[in-house]
Amino acid sequence: MKVRNNKLGPDEGIELQMTPMIDIVFQLLVFFIMTFKIVAMEGDFNIKMPLAALSDGLPDEDDIPPMTVKLSADAAGNLGSIRMNDIAYPTFQKLRERIISVIGTERGPNSTQATAEVELDCDFNLKYTHVIEAVTHVSGYVDPSTKQIVKLVEKIKFKPQPPRAG
Amino acid sequence: MRLNKKKDLGVLEGDLTPMIDMTFQLIAFFMVLINFSQAEQDDRVQLPESELAKPAEGPLDYPITLHLMKTGEEVVMGGQVIPVGSLSVYLEKEKSVIRDEGLPQSDATIVIRAHKDAPTGMVQELIAECQKNGFEKFALRAKEDVGNPG
Repeated sequence: MKVRNNKLGPDEGIELQMTPMIDIVFQLLVFFIMTFKIVAMEGDFNIKMPLAALSDGLPDEDDIPPMTVKLSADAAGNLGSIRMNDIAYPTFQKLRERIISVIGTERGPNSTQATAEVELDCDFNLKYTHVIEAVTHVSGYVDPSTKQIVKLVEKIKFKPQPPRAG
Repeated sequence: MRLNKKKDLGVLEGDLTPMIDMTFQLIAFFMVLINFSQAEQDDRVQLPESELAKPAEGPLDYPITLHLMKTGEEVVMGGQVIPVGSLSVYLEKEKSVIRDEGLPQSDATIVIRAHKDAPTGMVQELIAECQKNGFEKFALRAKEDVGNPG
């Protein structure tokens, strides 16, 4: 019987073919680079819009009355004025300061912070970005020292719009 | 002058190991970051920015994403452009899917991705349209503002 001599010589080594692997690896790399899309992080603001306004029952006497934030727009839809309970505020920062003073520092399930409610009354043509700006300033802030979010008002709702003319 | 004789060094073989290492690391990086999901994105909608917009800690139970265009008149839902007034037909389909999955409709959350310049009144009309169809939970989506913290 003929026996094949499989022994390699001293200078012979097994050479792996690297070319196909490198080809496929580069194709994969090109595919991932082409399909890569840098997407900014997104987050949600929950708003309270129950089906029936009276389904929750009458408000608790201990609850502070809802704070109505009125955002007026000019003809172009830009922010005209900010008012809360008929008091004008020049900036959203001032509005936030007022809200901080109203709800205080107490936190917990029955605290003023947990029960406070803000109703947004916005002009129809107001640009949506100003609504998010208002929601941001009303719902919390980033503590500059700890970089943590400090929550303010969590119950936010929209005042129903009057029906559009035409 | 004495000249060096050229020696026969054989075939020069470059070391491919660092290149392959690097390439595999790049592939791993892109694989981890790739996002095939198109339902959550729409290039036509530029979200408003907010310093408090952070990704949710857990996924929503049953999110229904509605993209409101700049004019506020049209909504993109599942890749289809729908006038706000005709949304009920499509929400009915979503309701039937929720029923088939055995979930209560109150578990569904309407995620509103509205363009930053869309009229607020139209956002409210969109919410009202969803309310008419029995949806109660809403989330207003914003883009994280990293440039202006505090």
